[in-house]
Amino acid sequence: MLLQAIAFYVFAFVVMASAAMVVVSRNPVYSVLFLILAFFNAAALMLLIGAEFIAMILIIVYVGAVAVLFLFVVMMLDINVTRLREGFLKYLPVGALIGIVLFCEIMLGLGVFGSGTATLGELGKAAPQVVAITNTRAIGQVLYTQYFYLFQVAGLVLLVAMIGAIVLTLRRRPGVRRQRISEQLYRPKEQAITVVKVPTGGGVS
Amino acid sequence: MIMGLESWTLARPEIFLLAVTALLLIWGVVRGESATTFVSLATSAALIVTAVLMFAPYREGTAFGTLFIVDRLTSTMKVLVLVGSAVAILMSRAYFEDVKAWRFEYPLLVALASVGMMLMISANDLMALYVGLELQSLALYVVAAFQRDNVRSTEAGLKYFVLGSVASGMLLFGASLIYGFCGSTAFVQISRALLEGKGGEIGTVIGLVFVVAGLAFKCAAVPFHMWTPDVYEGAPTPVTALFAVAPKVAAISLLVSVLMGPFKPLFDQWQQIVVVAAVLSIAWGAFAAIRQTNIKRLMAYSSINNVGYILLGLASGSEKGIQAVVFYLAIYVVMTLGTFAIILLMKRRGVMVEGVNDLAGLARSQPMMALALLVFMFSLAGVPPLAGFWGKLYVFIAAIEAKLYTAAVIGILSSVVASYYYLRIVKVMYFDEPAEMLDRLPFSVNRAVALASAVVIALFSLAPQPLSLAAAAAAKGLFP
Repeated sequence: MLLQAIAFYVFAFVVMASAAMVVVSRNPVYSVLFLILAFFNAAALMLLIGAEFIAMILIIVYVGAVAVLFLFVVMMLDINVTRLREGFLKYLPVGALIGIVLFCEIMLGLGVFGSGTATLGELGKAAPQVVAITNTRAIGQVLYTQYFYLFQVAGLVLLVAMIGAIVLTLRRRPGVRRQRISEQLYRPKEQAITVVKVPTGGGVS
Repeated sequence: MIMGLESWTLARPEIFLLAVTALLLIWGVVRGESATTFVSLATSAALIVTAVLMFAPYREGTAFGTLFIVDRLTSTMKVLVLVGSAVAILMSRAYFEDVKAWRFEYPLLVALASVGMMLMISANDLMALYVGLELQSLALYVVAAFQRDNVRSTEAGLKYFVLGSVASGMLLFGASLIYGFCGSTAFVQISRALLEGKGGEIGTVIGLVFVVAGLAFKCAAVPFHMWTPDVYEGAPTPVTALFAVAPKVAAISLLVSVLMGPFKPLFDQWQQIVVVAAVLSIAWGAFAAIRQTNIKRLMAYSSINNVGYILLGLASGSEKGIQAVVFYLAIYVVMTLGTFAIILLMKRRGVMVEGVNDLAGLARSQPMMALALLVFMFSLAGVPPLAGFWGKLYVFIAAIEAKLYTAAVIGILSSVVASYYYLRIVKVMYFDEPAEMLDRLPFSVNRAVALASAVVIALFSLAPQPLSLAAAAAAKGLFP
């Protein structure tokens, strides 16, 4: 129990601290890096309460996609050219620090994972029963049956997001050359090839 | 097992609307911009057909497990939303053609937002509430920025998006607390947990406060109103008309069904919050509007003020109070649509103008429009015997019966202040010398909407009985 409690407080502290750093830090690149750290720690907290599916999703979706996207956007912003130009070495200490913290935490998390779930205070009285199946399976059992409606509406939200992104950004520009593969493929050989008799030493004009 | 045929028949208006929207989306993508007018007319027609579908034949019950609920209240609110959205789409054509932003995505996004609002209204679970709310909000963020080459429109969209996301975050945080303490997100289960005293009191109350804050943001009640004037002013005018009508109805309906449904046992706790929000909205809406010169900003404050009265009806927590809420909302929708139809007609030398002073001389150049606007302004100010007066009367009766004397007195006094700026518009129209007349426009949809709204208001004023009976029937469902 002690190990879990220590792990919980470490993860919780780092989550709070790095979330605060996201807001406080002046350089947006640091902010995103701290955001990633916060995501990792939140995932570790999920792992502690036995929600391994959510932990993995958090890392895959938030760190793998969202945070990297943020990082790209932030790097593309013209924030402070001179400071950004200082480049790799400047970010190395912070990056390395975050890396080391992450590494230690992953070790800690792996060490703790086998030893059961953490209990921090009394469980909610009406909390759902913990059943002996994996998270992924449990979600799979309800997602397309009981929560089918929510799943569909979430799909609609994505549709709206897609329409919105297109509406707000797509601009038709005249004079853009596009590759039309079907036209290329259907071109008869008469249009594409000319047979030329090349005299020896004459070359092709 | 869970998805019986019943679920599909109960949700058929939503399914129909979605199917039509999807087909029109494909049609628009294939045919390009030339299809816009057809798509917008078809969308409006689909919205109206959806409203009819709800009552042919009318059914009640829960669907998709217990995620979705249909009863008198939700059906009434949905009709208001659908009519509001349909009229808002019809009114938008002239404006968007002027600014060269008449694109087929606009009516479709409004239709999708309407689906979101219908799902919000029918939500019977915190998760269903959230997905409906997000569907609605996301579509509305986009339409606020629809005039994408206009700085103010994009600013409005961005501002709405950022603040709306914060509100959604608060709502989710509250929902998670409620789930943690009550053990379920289903309204039925939450209600049961609270009645049995199982939901740990403080935690649930804190969660409820966050949920109410999130919803108050969506219906622009003070102190969560900061975005309203800027977004209303910046967004394209037809979009402002939509914002002032449909999302308000949806958010207020949701507030009613959340507070009067699962959280009825916590009435004493949430009543204080709603009373404070109501009184602040009424007062702020009345006082801050006095100095406004832009008519869209003025309407923003006017909407805040009106939301305050509606919340006061909710705060009374009685059947009469909810009846007043429904009644007031219906009248508010008509008055607001009519007013915006006239605002959309304000053009000088072919350019849209938005100043209150630009209305000068309207009585001489377009007497019918001036008369219609006069009706709306008197009605908004609550001058008897116009419909707005009956709405306020119902609210105050409910508030006084619930012993909310202070709030009712503040409400009545503030309505005197508010009538100053409503009457100022009338004075400008009828008595001020114009620097230059507004354009005389040929007959258009907006004129028809303005005149029809004025006629409806007149009918409600002379015979409020049918509407008040419909509102009473809607409210009855919440008090078994």
